[in-house]
Amino acid sequence: MKIVVGQGSCGIAAGAGKIYDYFKENTSFAEISITGCIGMCYLEPIVDVIHDGIKRTYCKVSADILPEFSKALEEKDFENELLKKYELKDEDKAFLEKQTRIALRNCGIINPESIDDYIQAGGYKALTKVLEEMTPEQVIEVIKTSGLAGRGGAGFPTWFKWNAARQSQSEQKYLICNADEGDPGAFMDRAVIESDPHNLIEGMLIGAYAIGASEAVVYVRAEYPLAIVRLTNAIKQAEERGFLGNNIAGSGFSCKMRIKAGAGAFVCGEETALIESLEGQRGMPRLKPPFPAQKGYWQQPSNINNVETFANVAWILSNGGEAFAAMGTEDSKGTKVFALTGKIKRGGLVEIPMGKTLRDVIFDIGGGIRNNKEFKAVQMGGPSGGCIPTELLDTVIDYKKLSATGAIMGSGGMVVMDETTCMVDMARFFLDFTAKESCGKCIHCRIGTKRMLEILNRIVNGEGRDGDIELLEELCMTIKDGALCGLGQTAPNPVLTTIKYFRNEYEAHIYDKKCPAGHCASLITYQIDADKCRGCTLCARQCPVGAISGKVKEPHVIDTEKCIKCGKCRESCKFGAIHV
Amino acid sequence: MEHCENCKCKEKHDYALLAPVLEEYAKVPGSLITILQHAQEIYGYLPTDVLWHIAEETGIKPAKVLGVATFYTQFRFKPVGKYLILLCCGTACHVNGAKKIEETICEELGIKDGDTTDDGLFSLKVVACLGCCSLSPVMMINDETYGSLTPDKVKKILKELREKSEA
Ligand SMILES: Cc1cc2nc3c(=O)[nH]c(=O)nc-3n(C[C@H](O)[C@H](O)[C@H](O)COP(=O)(O)O)c2cc1C
Ligand code: FES
Repeated sequence: MKIVVGQGSCGIAAGAGKIYDYFKENTSFAEISITGCIGMCYLEPIVDVIHDGIKRTYCKVSADILPEFSKALEEKDFENELLKKYELKDEDKAFLEKQTRIALRNCGIINPESIDDYIQAGGYKALTKVLEEMTPEQVIEVIKTSGLAGRGGAGFPTWFKWNAARQSQSEQKYLICNADEGDPGAFMDRAVIESDPHNLIEGMLIGAYAIGASEAVVYVRAEYPLAIVRLTNAIKQAEERGFLGNNIAGSGFSCKMRIKAGAGAFVCGEETALIESLEGQRGMPRLKPPFPAQKGYWQQPSNINNVETFANVAWILSNGGEAFAAMGTEDSKGTKVFALTGKIKRGGLVEIPMGKTLRDVIFDIGGGIRNNKEFKAVQMGGPSGGCIPTELLDTVIDYKKLSATGAIMGSGGMVVMDETTCMVDMARFFLDFTAKESCGKCIHCRIGTKRMLEILNRIVNGEGRDGDIELLEELCMTIKDGALCGLGQTAPNPVLTTIKYFRNEYEAHIYDKKCPAGHCASLITYQIDADKCRGCTLCARQCPVGAISGKVKEPHVIDTEKCIKCGKCRESCKFGAIHV
Repeated sequence: MEHCENCKCKEKHDYALLAPVLEEYAKVPGSLITILQHAQEIYGYLPTDVLWHIAEETGIKPAKVLGVATFYTQFRFKPVGKYLILLCCGTACHVNGAKKIEETICEELGIKDGDTTDDGLFSLKVVACLGCCSLSPVMMINDETYGSLTPDKVKKILKELREKSEA
C-alpha cells in the first residue's frame, strides 16, 4: 500500500503537514509519499491511497480522525464507514474529469521532490529528443505550429519571441522565466513550480536551446517560499543527472540555471522592470524598443516567458505542435489554466481547452456560487483586467473574445463574485492596489491612479458627487494613453468595466447614497426583522458599542445612531434576522 | 552633531555575520537585492548602519542602496516582533472578507498595518496574495499558513501564540 499526502501550499495551509507527519511516524504497513497540488484546493487536505493498483482519494482529512482512519487502512477495510465518508464524491471527481491537463499534467500525481518520478512519467524525453534530433529552428517551427501564446497575460506568440531572440547576434543570451505571479488571485504558476518543477526546467531548457541561451534565470515571487525550496531541489537533481550544466546529455549544448527571489513589487512582473530588478535596481520599466529580444538582461538578447508557457513546451515537443493546435479556437490554441476563487463552490485550478465558455468553467466545473447566492460577475486579469457580468457568461475563452468584453485573459485568475460583492468597492480595491504598486516613473500612472482612487473612495464613503462617473472615465482614457508601461495602461480596466456593466451601482452610491450590495459601511443601516428575531440576545452581546437592546425572547432593535456598522450582529445571528 | 542624539546612525551591528554573504556577492554585478535579502534574514530588518556598511563593501552609493531597499515591500527598516503576521488582502481574500480579518487583528493587538505590538510579540503586514486563494481569507505567521479565517478563528490563533510564548 502507498499513502500519498498532497503537499502543496494550500494543502499545507489546510493542515496536510500534520497529516503527513502522523503517517510518517505511525505507519509501518504502507509506504508514505508526497505529491503536489491536484488543484482541488477546496477539498484539501487530500490523501491518496494506492492499493492493488486501485487509487482511492480521501478529502478534507482532519488530524483528529487519523488514528481511526489509519487503522481502517491497515485492515484494508475500504468499505469502512469513516473511509467511505471521506472518500472523493462523484460530483467532485467530475471537477477533474472535465478538465484537459497539459501544463498541470503531473501536478498532484507525481512526487515533486523526485526526479525519478518525473522521468518515469515521461519527463526529459522531449529535451533529449530535441538535443539529439532537432535544430533550434525546427524547435521554433514546432512551437509555431502549436500556436502557443504567452500565458503571462499579453498572449504574444511564443515562437515569434523565440525567433527574434534566436536571430539576435551575441555571444551571450539569456532565458528568463517570469514566476512573479503578481495578479492577486492567481496561483497556477506557484502550483506548477511546487508540484512539477522539472516540467518547468525541461520547458526552459528547450527554450534556451531554441534561442541559444547558456544561462537561465527563474524570477520567483518572494511570497512563495515552498516553490523556491522545491525548485532549488529540482535544479540540483537535474544537475546531478546531467540535464543541466555543461554538455547536457552529451549533446554539446550547455546551460546553467539559477533562481532569483523577487522582493515584493507587482510592477516587476512587467518584463523590462523584471530585468531591472534582476540587475539589482529599482524595478522600473524601460522604454520599448529595444525589446528584450534585442537588448535585455545586461543589454544582451533575452527571452522572457511565463511559467505556464514553459510548462506546455515539453508536452508540445513530445506530442507535436498539431496536437496542441487541435485544441482551442481559431485565435487561441491549446489549453489554459484558471485559478478559480472567490464565492465559488469548488475553487481550485482548472485547465481546459480554449473555446469553452466562462459558464462551463464557473458553473459546470466550479459548481456555481456558494450558499445559494446569485452570481454577479467574474473578475479576470486581476488589476489589469475587468469584471464580466452575468449576461456575458457565454463568452468563449479566447484572447480576442475576452478582450472584447473589456476584461483580458490575463494570467488566469478568475475571482467569482456574488450579489453581496459591491462592484464600486471592487474597482476601488484594484485602484488602491495599482496606486500603491505604481513605480512612480510616469506621471499619468503615479498621479492619475491616485486621483481615481480618491474619487472612488469618496463614492464608497457616500460623498460621491454628480459628474464623478464622467470624471473617472476621462481620467481612465488619459491614463491609458499616457502611461509608460502595461501597469498604468491597464490600471483603468477594472473601473471602465464596472462602469460599463454596473453603472447603476455607481449611480446608486452617488445619487441615492445606497450600496445595492449592502457592502459599503457608510451607505447601509442595519435592521432587525422582528418576525425572524427570536430574542436570543446573541447580537446584543456581540455588539461592541451596545447599540442593540431588547428583552430575552422578544425581538431586539438596533439604535442606528449608536451603530458603527461593524456587521458583527449580522454575522452572529443564527436566524438571518439582521439585514441591511 | 546634536541632531544625531536620537538617531540610530551610530549604532553598530555585528558585521561579521554578513561577511560571508558579502564575500560571495559584493563583487557580483546585480546582487544588491540578494545581499539585502540576506541581511534582512540575519538582522531581522535592515538597520541604517548595515545599509551603510553594504554600500561601503559593494562600492554602490548609499543613496542607491537605500533607493533600492525602499522600492521593494519585502524590506523593513524597523525590527519586527517574534511573530510576523502576513495578512493577505489579495482579490480572493478581499472578496471573502479579509477586511474584517484585518479589523479583528488590529483590534486584538492594538496595532495597524506595519506596526509591532509594544511587547514585541506581533507585527502585522498586509500583503497581496499568498497563493492560497482557495482557502481565502488567508494569513501567514512566520512560516505557517492559516486559511479559511473567521474573526473568531483569528482571535483563537493569536491567543494560542501569546500563551505559547508566555509558557
Ligand atoms: C504590470 C505588469 C505585471 C505583469 N506581471 C506578470 C506576472 O506576474 N507574470 C507573468 O508571467 N507576466 C507578467 N506580466 C507580463 C510580462 O510583462 C510578459 O509579457 C510575460 O512575462 C511574457 O511571457 P509570456 O509571453 O510567456 O506570457 C506583467 C505585465 C505587466 C505590464
Ligand atoms: S488572494 Fe489571498 S491568498 Fe490569493
